Amino acid sequence: MCLIRAFEREIHVLNKDGLVSGTAHLYIGMEAIAVGACAAMADGDFLTSTHRGHGHCIARHLDPARMMAEILGRSDGYCRGKGGSMHITDRSKGVLGADGIVGGGIPIAVGAAYGLRLMNKSSVVFCFFGEGASNQGSFHEALNLAAIQRLSVVFICENNQWALSAPFVATTAGGSVAKRAAAYGIVGEEVDGNDIDAVFAAATRAAGRAREGLGPALIECQSYRWEGHSIFTRQEIRQQEEIDDWKRRDPIERCRRKLIETQMASAEDLALIETEVGAEIARAAEFAKSSPNPDESSALEDIYA
Amino acid sequence: MRQISFAVALNEALKEEMRRDPVVFVAGEDIGKMGGLFKVTQGLLEEFGAGRVLDTPISEAAIAGLGVGGALVGTRPVIEFQFLDFITIAMDQIINHAAKLRYMTGGMVSVPLVIRAPVCGGIGLGAQHSQSLEAWFVHVPGIKVVMPATPRDAKGLLKSAIRDDNPVLFLEHRRLYAATGEVPSGDHMVPLGTAEVKREGSDVTVVATGRTVSLALAAADRLSEQAIKIEVIDLRTLKPFDMQTISNSVGKTNRVVVVNDGWRTCGYAAEIVASIQSECFYDLDFPVQRVCNKDAPMPAAAALERSLMVSEEQIVAACSAAMSS
Ligand SMILES: Cc1ncc(C[n+]2csc(CCOP(=O)(O)OP(=O)(O)O)c2C)c(N)n1
Repeated sequence: MCLIRAFEREIHVLNKDGLVSGTAHLYIGMEAIAVGACAAMADGDFLTSTHRGHGHCIARHLDPARMMAEILGRSDGYCRGKGGSMHITDRSKGVLGADGIVGGGIPIAVGAAYGLRLMNKSSVVFCFFGEGASNQGSFHEALNLAAIQRLSVVFICENNQWALSAPFVATTAGGSVAKRAAAYGIVGEEVDGNDIDAVFAAATRAAGRAREGLGPALIECQSYRWEGHSIFTRQEIRQQEEIDDWKRRDPIERCRRKLIETQMASAEDLALIETEVGAEIARAAEFAKSSPNPDESSALEDIYA
Repeated sequence: MRQISFAVALNEALKEEMRRDPVVFVAGEDIGKMGGLFKVTQGLLEEFGAGRVLDTPISEAAIAGLGVGGALVGTRPVIEFQFLDFITIAMDQIINHAAKLRYMTGGMVSVPLVIRAPVCGGIGLGAQHSQSLEAWFVHVPGIKVVMPATPRDAKGLLKSAIRDDNPVLFLEHRRLYAATGEVPSGDHMVPLGTAEVKREGSDVTVVATGRTVSLALAAADRLSEQAIKIEVIDLRTLKPFDMQTISNSVGKTNRVVVVNDGWRTCGYAAEIVASIQSECFYDLDFPVQRVCNKDAPMPAAAALERSLMVSEEQIVAACSAAMSS
């Protein structure tokens, strides 16, 4: 979680220096969802991500240095600078890709689960998407197909309350994404997305059922994005009070307190983690900044396999 | 005359048409409270209220259907896709419905629908936020396609599009929004289907669309230093396009370069080139040249992106080639 937050803060700095190629959507405030859910993943599992995907990638242990290089449009980036922030992918780590299209990744997760079953794999596909995406046809079509086929997909809705300028309640009929599961006859569950243990427990249950062949589940994680919609969209229409209120429910702070209270870790242990994270991010930024721009000739490569 | 930006000119056109005709309404993502990602719908919610300025969920297929259905019963919807790329989700409503309902009903109904969408190539957003898909829509009978290059035309064409009884795809290049220019206040209209000669010249005709018009004009300036006189035509409406203005010009210059910042293969320029060769063949002194974006998805990295996009240099080179024999 600390690594994700420090990574995103560094992207802010790099953007101020004019180094980010295009845009980036920061995950600060939502770290417990990616880390909690990905902790329930096993080797051979896959995930599909979103435009706000850095957290999922880091939670799947992608290299922050190569992620940063990608965000700066450099040749050492995961996609050789062609994808940018919205398309970081590492198939070898099960990350089938971030996605610039809201709702684009949801049916892809279903397809991946179908393909894996066809190849007799017991893998589960973790499908992340925002609550805004739950109003796309692709969400409903994918849930229906996954349910009817009993596919091993854990649908994870990251409800950060706002889809760009659209408040959840004003755009989402029924007032709950989790309850939409009932229409498709699958398990739907709402959890506190700022509580890493709650997310982990729900994801573990859902993945366990999927591995037993019991089909998909939908988990709605309540959380909040602390920053603006993207580094591109500066206008903020949310109330400062609301933002501050959610900042008081900081998922990292909560986790830290719990670890200390339960004596799972000491303050010194946690301070050490912070130091290590700082060093790793500094190394990543250095690597990204010194990575060369891609050669112009590569613009016409990779169009066909 | 007063100078305003392309975005403000569009905003003015919307406000004027909404004041004039109470059945005009706008719908799209983040267009109300936020005034649109690029500020084109700013102030509409305050003036016209939520009934006529609808902030929709992220549901492109439903947004398009809202437009088609609204048009069928007599309102005049102006719907917005936040980026042209997202229109792909709404293609069924647009291609199978909006474009065909008049024909399929033997002329019984009409679909007076304006579909606004920015084209965003050149700002580092990558392959899913940069596509110039105009050729797809020009291909389909029943839809008109408009692409203004100046604030003046942005206003005049949008007003004409709203008053037109057909589905009109209205394409706005992201890099033009901040451009300023003279725009008449009040009821300034530019009819659909008319091109404009932006600069007269006798050596080479450059037919350009949207953002590439300013590149063509810059190229013409450069070539004038070598005493090459370029005539620049801004097509303004891609369908139906103004062949008469093109053939008049080709009759004079006998050499043509067609510029469009969509992909080259089966792109918009291909249709113009084909029409010129079939209608102006005996006027031509040199094969018609084409300057288009290279056939690759748009990469995020700025250096790569630049290398794929139409540039002033490429237009200069194409004109020079056209003058080479
Ligand atoms: C199909 C499509 N429509 C619109 C957009 C523009 N857009 C990008 S992110 C976003 C909001 C998404 O909200 P949500 O799914 O809740 O995710 P969040 O940004 O809140 O994490 C919008 C409207 C897009 N990228 N794709």
